[in-house]
Amino acid sequence: MLEKTPSDRPDAAQRPEADTVGPHAVPLTLRVNGMTHTLSITPETTLAQALREQLDLTGTKIACDRGACSACTVWLDGAPVCSCMVLALEVGAREVTTIEGLTDREALHPVQAAFIEHDAIQCGFCTPGLIMSCVALLKRTPHPSEHEIRAAISGHLCRCGTYPHVLSAVLAAARTEEA
Amino acid sequence: MNGFEWMSPGSLEQAARAASATVATAMACRSGTPASDAAVLKAGGMDLLDLMKEGLLSPRRLINLRTLPGLDRIEPAGGGLRIGPNVTLAQLAADERLRTRWSALADSAGGAASPQIRQIATLAGNLLQRPRCWYFRSRAHHCVRKGGETCFAFAGENQYHAIFEHNGCAIVHPSTCATALVALGARLEITDRAGAKRTVSLEEFFLLPQADLQRENRLESGEIVTAIELPAQPASVRSVHLRYAQTESFDRPLAEVAVVLDLAEAVCRKAAIVLGACAPVPHRARAAEAALTGQRIDEALARAAAHAALQDAMPLSGNAYKVPIFTAVVRRAILAALVA
Ligand SMILES: Cc1cc2nc3c(=O)[nH]c(=O)nc-3n(C[C@H](O)[C@H](O)[C@H](O)COP(=O)(O)OP(=O)(O)OC[C@H]3O[C@@H](n4cnc5c(N)ncnc54)[C@H](O)[C@@H]3O)c2cc1C
Ligand code: SF4
Ligand code: FES
Ligand code: FES
Repeated sequence: MLEKTPSDRPDAAQRPEADTVGPHAVPLTLRVNGMTHTLSITPETTLAQALREQLDLTGTKIACDRGACSACTVWLDGAPVCSCMVLALEVGAREVTTIEGLTDREALHPVQAAFIEHDAIQCGFCTPGLIMSCVALLKRTPHPSEHEIRAAISGHLCRCGTYPHVLSAVLAAARTEEA
Repeated sequence: MNGFEWMSPGSLEQAARAASATVATAMACRSGTPASDAAVLKAGGMDLLDLMKEGLLSPRRLINLRTLPGLDRIEPAGGGLRIGPNVTLAQLAADERLRTRWSALADSAGGAASPQIRQIATLAGNLLQRPRCWYFRSRAHHCVRKGGETCFAFAGENQYHAIFEHNGCAIVHPSTCATALVALGARLEITDRAGAKRTVSLEEFFLLPQADLQRENRLESGEIVTAIELPAQPASVRSVHLRYAQTESFDRPLAEVAVVLDLAEAVCRKAAIVLGACAPVPHRARAAEAALTGQRIDEALARAAAHAALQDAMPLSGNAYKVPIFTAVVRRAILAALVA
């Protein structure tokens, strides 16, 4: 097939121009926990940094900062991602949910309550991320098997070794939801 | 991480013309300080940001491929499938067509990294990620793959390094999906700055150290992978991908094997067996394939084929343990493919 060079193409003139920003700070709109925020960030700012340093949402933790521990887990349009490896600029119109946005009330989410009940917290540093993964699992799969829970939390590292308690907390939360 | 310009191209051509270097060329340097004037392509950014956070790559500009439309679909094409480069590992793992007809790919994608990473990481980025050798990933070790003078792995800590084809550099190819895709006979469609397309088989796309010590594949700067093509698969074909890791969670595999069998009853018409995490490129076990071809597969034959797959292994000082692990995983993968 003969390929034309881009400028020969009839639609070339209508193509949108490339949009380039940075390295200086740029304005950005983020939708977080149901609220819209306007902030100013440099392109290398990760979503985790923007949440913690600009929006004071410090429930999201940064541990490895390399995608390898899942402490920084938040939801993008409901799916758990590691926010330390997502640039704030890339979020676009997607809705960000953090641990602070799990409930709109003062009350705990049932999974948070189950974590306390089942002693699934030691130092607590990995806990917000783990809870985000576990709640996302229960939304998808209200009655998960132990295997499904293990798979859902397989990216999380807990230095304190709370894993078995996390399993019982999630199983219990799934039972409570049922009731 | 260094500061950079963030470019959202309006078209593929704009992206290709803006790219001044591949990540491999942007990282290679004599001095140990990577160039600061490169404009490089970014997909999910999992590997790119990792390299930048470690100071191994400091580009002036990132070109975001993620917002270009139409690159994130899996579409039927000539009996096979055409997979967009931006399709995520999570999409691959969940796709029903892949799970039934090309299950080795779905398995490999679903077993790679963590759920959080699979949500972001793309297939093209997965194939093009740089190696995980710990000396390569350390700024303190300016090894030959980065433009330095020595390979630190041969005399150093090499328990996760290659047992095959380590000629001057002992990386294992980092991509789990590549293992499955080479076994499935996948091809890459690559588009250059002028918009011209070429296709190349994935097997030929990857480069051994003796062909080039500083890059793992034939991607040239200004080229974009625009599709990963899977050939049509007769209903008689079965495929599996098995991995074995130190932990059950998201660890990188110590051994992984993809097996694709074309079967008439238990008689093998054709076999493709590819070992990952064992060589600088996905390693085709031709002796094992030959052992199966035309034969009725049973436990004993699978065992013999597995031994054939490892007969030329040349373990380094710290990784002989990989040989029996691979032997077991090859045998299990053949038997699993039989009933897949
Ligand atoms: C904790 C952890 C565990 C992991 N475990 C595994 C594992 O078990 N198996 C495995 O395979 N991987 C694993 N990975 C690696 C991960 O899967 C890859 O880093 C990821 O797939 C890269 O994809 P990306 O879209 O983020 O690529 P990016 O980081 O955006 O890009 C990677 C490279 O591809 C180039 N590129 C991307 N798209 C194109 C294109 N269309 N055309 C030309 N060039 C392009 C970029 O320029 C760059 O050089 C792991 C990562 C982490 C953090
Ligand atoms: S194995 Fe390759 S990447 Fe690792 S130190 Fe040696 S040359 Fe560098
Ligand atoms: S802090 Fe993001 S994965 Fe560890
Ligand atoms: S509770 Fe301490 S790291 Fe998990």
